[in-house]
Amino acid sequence: MQITPTLGLLLALSFVISLIALSILIWAIANRQVRTPDQDDARTIFAPGEGAEIDEHDKPHHFDPVRAGIDASSARPVLWLVGAAVFWLIYGSLHGLAASLELHLPDMMTGAAQMTFGRMRTVHLNSVAYGWASQAGLASVFWIIPRIFHTRLRHAGMVKTGIVLWNIGVAAGVAAIASGWTDGLEWLEIPWQIDIILAAGAACFVLPLIQTARARKVHHIYVSGWYFLAGILWFPVLFVIANIPGLHWGIEQATVNWWFAHNVLGLWLTPLGVGTAYYMIPKIIGKPVYSYAVSLVGFWALALFYSQVGIHHLIGGPVPTWLVTLSIVHSVMMFVPVIAVAINQHVTVARNLWAFKESVPLRFISLGALCYTLASFQGSIEALRSVNSITHFTHYTVGHAHLGAYAFVSLVMMGAIYQIVPRATGKQFPFPRMIMWHFWLNVIGFAVYFLSLTIGGVLQGLAMLDATKPFADSVTLLKPYLEGRSLGGGLMTLGHVLLAINLIALAFAKRETTETDNMVAAE
Amino acid sequence: MNRYLPLAITTLAILAIATLFLVIAPGMQIRGQGAAPGLQPYTEAEARGREVYISMGCVYCHSQQPRATAQAPDAERGWGRASVAGDYAYDAPHLLGTMRSGPDLMDIGDRLPSQGWQLTHLYQPRAISSWSIMPAYPFLFEHKDKAAQGDVVVKLPPAYAPETGVIVANQEALDLVAYLRGMRHDYAPPADGLRDDGYALMAAQAKSKTEAAKSAQ
Repeated sequence: MQITPTLGLLLALSFVISLIALSILIWAIANRQVRTPDQDDARTIFAPGEGAEIDEHDKPHHFDPVRAGIDASSARPVLWLVGAAVFWLIYGSLHGLAASLELHLPDMMTGAAQMTFGRMRTVHLNSVAYGWASQAGLASVFWIIPRIFHTRLRHAGMVKTGIVLWNIGVAAGVAAIASGWTDGLEWLEIPWQIDIILAAGAACFVLPLIQTARARKVHHIYVSGWYFLAGILWFPVLFVIANIPGLHWGIEQATVNWWFAHNVLGLWLTPLGVGTAYYMIPKIIGKPVYSYAVSLVGFWALALFYSQVGIHHLIGGPVPTWLVTLSIVHSVMMFVPVIAVAINQHVTVARNLWAFKESVPLRFISLGALCYTLASFQGSIEALRSVNSITHFTHYTVGHAHLGAYAFVSLVMMGAIYQIVPRATGKQFPFPRMIMWHFWLNVIGFAVYFLSLTIGGVLQGLAMLDATKPFADSVTLLKPYLEGRSLGGGLMTLGHVLLAINLIALAFAKRETTETDNMVAAE
Repeated sequence: MNRYLPLAITTLAILAIATLFLVIAPGMQIRGQGAAPGLQPYTEAEARGREVYISMGCVYCHSQQPRATAQAPDAERGWGRASVAGDYAYDAPHLLGTMRSGPDLMDIGDRLPSQGWQLTHLYQPRAISSWSIMPAYPFLFEHKDKAAQGDVVVKLPPAYAPETGVIVANQEALDLVAYLRGMRHDYAPPADGLRDDGYALMAAQAKSKTEAAKSAQ
């Protein structure tokens, strides 16, 4: 037992602070100490006269020339981000698929060090995390922020500079990893010298958002704005602190590693995904979210609890007991914000299932939002010591990571791309049926992927805990499940290719002279 | 929730609290412990080999943190005693790992000390274990007609040996093997070594409960 009284006190204190903060918030709302956002605030995403029927491009909502100017100010940076994000999605998917194949066909690609599993897998992670998910999320941010604030995007030129820097950074980063130059920490592999370029790029995104927020024409900040404005501050702080070289070593560095790696999901990709869903779901359906006041509790509970869960990656490891327990407790408390988001988003969709049938972007987004709930519940349970003994060190964790980063964040972002791009360009996707194909390839592909790794991972974990079985058993039993993962991953990759084809065809298509045309032309 | 500045300050304050609990407080505690007595710093060849281990991404399949007997049979598998924070004092970057597609390597030098075994296994893992899914690393070796003086020749079964000539290890392979052979933590852990004792505590609690039930009978 190494829990000294001081540390025990600290541990209790952290949990008590979070609970008190949440209680004060609920008390303040109950006693009207803060003005609770109400359903009128939830309607700030609609223009006057808008918000009665589904938002589709062949029957666009009430046309508003002011809003058209808003869209035009952000259209170009948003389209740049979408293009770059989809490039990294394809690049990352191919590397992921190659890494997956290597695990059951180990002699397939042994010709060069660049192709070895340890590098392929890492190029995959960095491409999809920093190239795809972050940039697709930023595309949503730069599209949604001016619209909920009813003002044009400020400093669009600075955003473009940021996009260029960011992509140079990601490209240099994955090239470095492929050639063997790496910082060696999970999620922080890109060498710190290259991270300077990425940090400079990220800095270029912050000021335009703050300036746009300060110049807003509406009093209320819509819930998506809370998530986006918080996320865009959290990420640069996390990224810079975690990448300062020479500050930490040994186990101390491991705690920094997982403080960063889990917060990059919880305080960066999650706010991007949740914020996008909070805007897109009611916007597409044409009705405000179910219970807007609950979204306030959801946001602050996410900030309080999610920020301290990272050390559940080191359960049973050489780190202080109190620290692991702290992260487990906060992991379980994540049920609070997740249920708050679920009440708002799922009830809104469930009450309007007709829209689910009519809008394909909504299908991507609401299915993604549903997977946020599932991934979070799964994560809370996975952090329990008894469950973690089985699933830690196995492919079950990889399945869980993809439920969060893929089925939640990526599906939401793909839906957002299908929703935003026709509005930003004034053109329609040339192959609408291909969007349906993309949807089903991703859904079926991911189901195969997830079930394979989840079942395989549990069996792998149980085999490793059974001292009577040799280690080899945990490897050989896994083989069919690894093959299943490659099959699922292949279908998912195929879906992404269809998205890219549709985007490229749209870029070369002629603009139609429909009503949507005016929305872009009126600059 | 209508003003930007309070939102920004509060969100950053929450992150600062999280950093205090997850990074600063444990950092002070871990630094106070220092290196475990008995832990040797890496030799030059080992340090170079560690760089090869990092650049090849070995950490994505191999952990370096045997679990306690109260949690898992890692020690029974010969992976070594449960590690403590002081065992990693010379590690930057740390290589704890989160995956065991392959076995834990914290004590690989103790378990498989043979240089020849390690070289053959790196050149072609399936030459030793037919079930292995580990990548082969032929690019860390050279195919030569004849071994020169000082060359370390890799022993291979006929199925994996070249038809003519020999396979010799290059410097990277030799360094990597030096690192793996140096991975031995067979000294006694410090009495106050830091690690997650949650499972041991749970086991002790369960034990005292059953004993209390027995004495009640």
